[in-house]
Amino acid sequence: MHELAICQALLEQVADVARENDAQRVARIEVHVGPLSGVEVPLLERAFSIARAGTVAEEARLETVSLPVRVRCEQCGQESEARVNRLVCGHCGDYHTRLCSGDELILARVELLREESVALAV
Amino acid sequence: MCDTCGCNVTPGNRHLVEAGGRLERTAGGAVAVDVLHGLLAENDHQAAHNREHFDRHCVLAINLMSSPGAGKTALLEATLPRLAERYRVAVVEGDLETENDAERIRAHGVPAIQITTGSACHLDAHMLHTALHQLDLDAVDLLFIENVGNLVCPAGFDLGQHANVTLLSVTEGDDKPEKYPIIFRAAELVLISKSDLLPVLGDFQVEKAERHVRELASEAPVLPCSARSGDGLDAWVDWIDAQRARNETVALPAREA
Repeated sequence: MHELAICQALLEQVADVARENDAQRVARIEVHVGPLSGVEVPLLERAFSIARAGTVAEEARLETVSLPVRVRCEQCGQESEARVNRLVCGHCGDYHTRLCSGDELILARVELLREESVALAV
Repeated sequence: MCDTCGCNVTPGNRHLVEAGGRLERTAGGAVAVDVLHGLLAENDHQAAHNREHFDRHCVLAINLMSSPGAGKTALLEATLPRLAERYRVAVVEGDLETENDAERIRAHGVPAIQITTGSACHLDAHMLHTALHQLDLDAVDLLFIENVGNLVCPAGFDLGQHANVTLLSVTEGDDKPEKYPIIFRAAELVLISKSDLLPVLGDFQVEKAERHVRELASEAPVLPCSARSGDGLDAWVDWIDAQRARNETVALPAREA
């Protein structure tokens, strides 16, 4: 259950972004997750609902964008879709490939509410 | 400053608030900030700091990962006497509870720091950093970090190590790299431990385990070894020597800088 530790790191970053932008509340957090990051999205979401309590993101929505696993072959040079436990080239089958996408764990975007927008929202 | 009528938007900052800009407004009136930071940036920063520590003190750090009971401590116990003549070794042990593993290492006259993580299922760079302060790195050439026994979470956290070694004991089955791809993909070396049991089990195929490792686009050597019989330990020590030689050429410029 390292998702809770990851969630706490996420909330620290979100709090920094809110502070830098003089925001009092966070409306939405967008995270990009690749399957090879080792993070399970349902577990991250559950951990988030616990970890956000008492933080600037208490009422925030967490939205996750799942990224595909893609590799580029060093032998034939082509890109192909892959699976987490089968990262060989989809064209020639060689295992000398490089990951182009799939191991990301990124805080992509935070939507902040400032005092005046809070007032607007009420 | 007025956000309502937009009079604070100037030609200089207009790109920030326009569609796709860094401070774009959402339909609900919230300010959208693009961040694009790794979620583990804080851990990665500490890991880089640990790596600088190691390089400055010319320490090669090897992170051992496996499921609980795959034989990480037993492997170290069998390896330490073979390394004692050439290297000054230290070990950091990670477990949820007890000093048991550190005591096993200390019985070989090797300094060992035990990290007890409580309920945490992995070591992170901050925990390791705290442990490093209890070691005199000037008196260490080779540091083994024995991670918490777990085939999932330890792979997610960089500690600042120079190499990852993942152990797979033959009693666990040869399809583990297919089932737990992330930790095997992270390995620079895969050790098939308890190889003395291969004839007894009869159903673990080293070639099959290696094929699953290759399917993870990994070129990591796959070495069978046994702490009990000594099988494969020469190849394991040769691999450590090669890492050490490579690390010296890489770390030297860092130390002189």
